[in-house]
Amino acid sequence: MTDLLKIDGLTIQTGGKSLVADLSLSIAGGERLGLIGESGSGKSLTALAAIGLLPDALKASGSVLLDGKQVVGARDRDLVPLRGTTAATVFQEPLTALDPLVKIGRQVGEAVKRRAKRDGRATDKASIAKEVLALLDQVALPDPQRIIDAWPHEISGGQRQRAAIAMALACKPKLLIADEPTTALDVTTQAEILALLARLVRERDMALLFISHDLPVVAGAVDRVVVMQHGRIVESGPVSDVFRQPHHPYTQSLVAAARAFDDALEIAG
Amino acid sequence: MSDTATITASPQGKKRRSWTFTIGAAIVGLHLLIGLMTLIWTPFDPAAMSGGRLEGASLTHLAGTDRLGRDLFSLIMIGSRIALTVGCGAIVIGGLIGITIGLLAAFASRTLDDILAAGLDILIAFPTLLLAMLIVAASDGASLETAIVAIGVANSAIVARLTRILTKRVLSMDYITAARISGTSWIGVVWIHILPNIWPTLLVNLALQFGLAVIAEASLSYLGLGAPPPNASWGRLLQEAQATVYSAPLGAIAPGIALVSLVIGINLLADGLRDLADPTRRSRR
Repeated sequence: MTDLLKIDGLTIQTGGKSLVADLSLSIAGGERLGLIGESGSGKSLTALAAIGLLPDALKASGSVLLDGKQVVGARDRDLVPLRGTTAATVFQEPLTALDPLVKIGRQVGEAVKRRAKRDGRATDKASIAKEVLALLDQVALPDPQRIIDAWPHEISGGQRQRAAIAMALACKPKLLIADEPTTALDVTTQAEILALLARLVRERDMALLFISHDLPVVAGAVDRVVVMQHGRIVESGPVSDVFRQPHHPYTQSLVAAARAFDDALEIAG
Repeated sequence: MSDTATITASPQGKKRRSWTFTIGAAIVGLHLLIGLMTLIWTPFDPAAMSGGRLEGASLTHLAGTDRLGRDLFSLIMIGSRIALTVGCGAIVIGGLIGITIGLLAAFASRTLDDILAAGLDILIAFPTLLLAMLIVAASDGASLETAIVAIGVANSAIVARLTRILTKRVLSMDYITAARISGTSWIGVVWIHILPNIWPTLLVNLALQFGLAVIAEASLSYLGLGAPPPNASWGRLLQEAQATVYSAPLGAIAPGIALVSLVIGINLLADGLRDLADPTRRSRR
């Protein structure tokens, strides 16, 4: 099977300074990959470059093949049809990921409608509304009838993130990019969202690119990890290997920090 | 933003807002009603000498008469219609041009954006009235239409700059990226996300521009560059009353009150409109 996303020698530069240098990774269909690194290490930029949405000021070079199509240097017009069907994104901050002036139902509905149009299915109000309801149900939103009619500011952060996930799912992507989807949430909500993502990825056989700075969060969500520091990959491999025997000093310090936190919890308990 | 803050803030906030909105709507509505009424009826023929020259206020002539013996109240009533026509026309023109250029600048490449932004700054540096006078002077002659176009074009620069900034702010939000990722075209993004999000602020600005357009029209007419007779503009009434302002002050005071009341009414309405256009400011149902 060919890789869904294949990044080869990706370099992102701005004003002569490289933010991401010679990065290569690949995700096969249905695979779950974690991208770990501190803030500013180029994780999110890599994700944006993967779907060709880098800001104008940043120059990307190298090769990004998304579902077999070259993204680097492609015209925006050619990428539009590729984006919805191939990759969708869940963002870190659920408050800015939803338009504050569009009701949840319509917001999810727009994504459903676009997908239905592409597939040549009916786009009448009733069938869209039915699918929106089904999606909100799938992301385990309580009382979906009420949520459909709610403005984003009327529901909680966790519910907003679920709505954002529903929007991403509406596109029926082959690859779900989750850019720190749990960072802005409290710990219990975090666990719920992670469980939800894991279930959805399994059920829908999606590939997952999970971006985070939080080691324990990534460990439970993915099969393989790539550790980034200062725009470079410093270590990669299956989750269990990397966390059991980290080779690079940066990964070692990450693992040690997570252990120390666990120990502190045990002592406190 | 915590939920408790929203709940405690809204009852008082809502009370204050609806008060300004009601007063503003009442004043503007009254002017609108009077303006429409003049299409079919005025107390006296505004062009005819219906009384003595420079009469004071009386039950027959509510605002007295001007130096030609015309009924001032009838003229002021027609002035409402002229002012509202110019105001509406100017914000439609200013809004269409301004929003289009603003959106264009926000989406344009860096170079084009810089050029447009610099151009707008230069236009804004010109006083609106001076710009409008230039446009009127460059056209065939003063008429109601040239006044509308001149004020509209002069106001469009401010609308354009505001639209550009607001759009850029919305464009930096995650939901735009999310919409782009799910394959929404730029036109879809503008229609679904950008216009509704910039609308509340734009609406308030347009309403304020409306008030400024009414003042600009009065100023142009005062200078003889507005709607020519027989259109009775408040600005021209003020200008005509200037010579006799000491002997018959009512001739200047009455159109002045009409002008000020409309502008205040519009500004109050603008304040109330913003809350109606923005669901996050509305109280929970």
